[in-house]
Amino acid sequence: MKDPVPLTTDRPGQVVSATPPAPGRSRRRLSDRGLAVVFVSPALLLLLGMSVFPLLWALYLSFTDYSATRGGPARFVGFGNYTAILTSAQVHQRALTTLIYVVGAVTLQTVLGFAIAYLISRRTHGRGVLTTLFLVPMMLSPVVVGLFWRFMLDAQFGVVNSMLGSLGLGQVEWLTRQRTALVSLIVVDTWQWTPFIMLIALAGLTAVPKYLYEAASIDRASEWFRFRTITLPLVWPLLLIAVLFRAIEAFRLFDLVYILTSGGPGVSTETLSFHVYKVAFLGFNTGTASAYGILMVLVVIVLTQLYLRYLNKLKEG
Amino acid sequence: MAVSVDEAVSAGPTPDRPPPARRVRRRGHGRSVLEVVLLTVLAVVMLFPVLWMIETSIKENRDVYAVPAEFFGFTVTLDHFRDVFVGADGGRSALSVAFLNSVVVAGVSTVLATVLGVPAAWAYSRFTLKAKKDQLFFILSTRFMPPVVVVVPIFLMYRQVGLIDSKLGLILIYAAFNVPFTIWMMKGFVDEVPAEYEDAAMLDGYSRLQAFGKFTLPLLVPGIAATAVFALIFSWNEFVFAIFLTSSDDVRTAPPAIAGLIGGTTVDWGLVAAASVVFALPVLVFAYLVRRHLVAGVTLGAVRR
Repeated sequence: MKDPVPLTTDRPGQVVSATPPAPGRSRRRLSDRGLAVVFVSPALLLLLGMSVFPLLWALYLSFTDYSATRGGPARFVGFGNYTAILTSAQVHQRALTTLIYVVGAVTLQTVLGFAIAYLISRRTHGRGVLTTLFLVPMMLSPVVVGLFWRFMLDAQFGVVNSMLGSLGLGQVEWLTRQRTALVSLIVVDTWQWTPFIMLIALAGLTAVPKYLYEAASIDRASEWFRFRTITLPLVWPLLLIAVLFRAIEAFRLFDLVYILTSGGPGVSTETLSFHVYKVAFLGFNTGTASAYGILMVLVVIVLTQLYLRYLNKLKEG
Repeated sequence: MAVSVDEAVSAGPTPDRPPPARRVRRRGHGRSVLEVVLLTVLAVVMLFPVLWMIETSIKENRDVYAVPAEFFGFTVTLDHFRDVFVGADGGRSALSVAFLNSVVVAGVSTVLATVLGVPAAWAYSRFTLKAKKDQLFFILSTRFMPPVVVVVPIFLMYRQVGLIDSKLGLILIYAAFNVPFTIWMMKGFVDEVPAEYEDAAMLDGYSRLQAFGKFTLPLLVPGIAATAVFALIFSWNEFVFAIFLTSSDDVRTAPPAIAGLIGGTTVDWGLVAAASVVFALPVLVFAYLVRRHLVAGVTLGAVRR
């Protein structure tokens, strides 16, 4: 039986005016095109003013020897800043640190996050509670995360060393040794962002149609075979998006380094972002820092393009 | 439709293990136990730092630095929480001022981003604009710029126009960082409302704008609320712009203020923990409220299924 309910009344919270206005009552109606421009342009203007214009300014500064403290007119130096940065051994070292950090952290997060999501997706009870609990680290501010891990990893009174001690293991200087500091940074980032991968992977896992598994179990396919031929191929596109997203975020990471290690000891945990900050705000070489920043932006643009391309593919596929 | 935590509870592959032979069932059972144990261990590892933070915030100072660490049986005190809000002289503490600043900055920037972003999202959803896809991708990519890079020219710009160390400066930059998110997130919600509602209203004599305001907008309210909550969380947690663009106590937001607690020679970790708990609590509550939209929210509105 069909009930011809009018479209406008079957939704709650909808205000239905009893008397529609007579056509032509409004003096000047905006065309659709005009309306679109009016609605879109304020947002675009804000973005132009706060994102695009600053970047263009940085682009200009990157060709000069301007210094924010010294003041005075900026002298044009051509590609001098760029060649200085691209040939600097210091920068190469920071690039390597960043690479180790990004690859290490994102790999760990992906493996752990996917494992947790897979385990949760196999549970029948308590999935909501489990998911919610696992998500807590991700919602915390990097400031809170950095500070708190700094406290926990303290060599003298930190709880981590205390637990290692009661297990009869030696003490580790987590944040004050060159090698371990970078590992600590990776561990903390992994702790915070594993839930991110888990959440996306879980979304992918729960979207796998059940009948595929049923068909496979009728065919007596092994668990591993099912995982490899059904689960992984269906979850992979979504997981790839999550991984790329994390890679971009990890590449531009600044706050955690600033709070947890301040780049130290020495320069062992100085990522590219942190180095830009030092050149800009401690060295006051604004021109050089701008060139440095523009180069970083180029990397981010390449990564973002990759990300958006996969996103597009996911949406269309 | 966005995948939500709630859906994850009910839907999905149920343990499809029709056990004909007993041997198989026992093996499956052992494996299930192993999985539960593994999950429990992982959950404990992930949640321990949070629990430890809460514990530290209610410990007395001598217990905070106890070696070996005390897990149970310490004296509970709320002194640190009092110190978060009440200054040494009995007046308002610098931290409480910072919290208030955070509320203002995060709140106003969220309103601004919503007011600018929602109409734009609607326009992007309903109209055919020139190079629409490119525009949307450009909008999202501004959100991925490294903050440290953007902050250098923003710093110079603000210095020129006198926005350095002002709440308005922070509000503007946060709004600019939340607009791309709002547009992407809201476009998903608008796409879910059939355009036919507006067409029908326009047949009744409403203008396009009235149709949007009277019929589409009320249906978007839950989506707008969820989007605003995420924008609120992003602004609330933001640190990089806050630390470089503000310096005085009466402008500074909570993240740099809390980070400033470890600047001195001695660090009151109990206070740091209490301030962190106070800071994180609203975020967790808000995140719980929007748990249905978490997947879309944390991917900046990009992933929706």
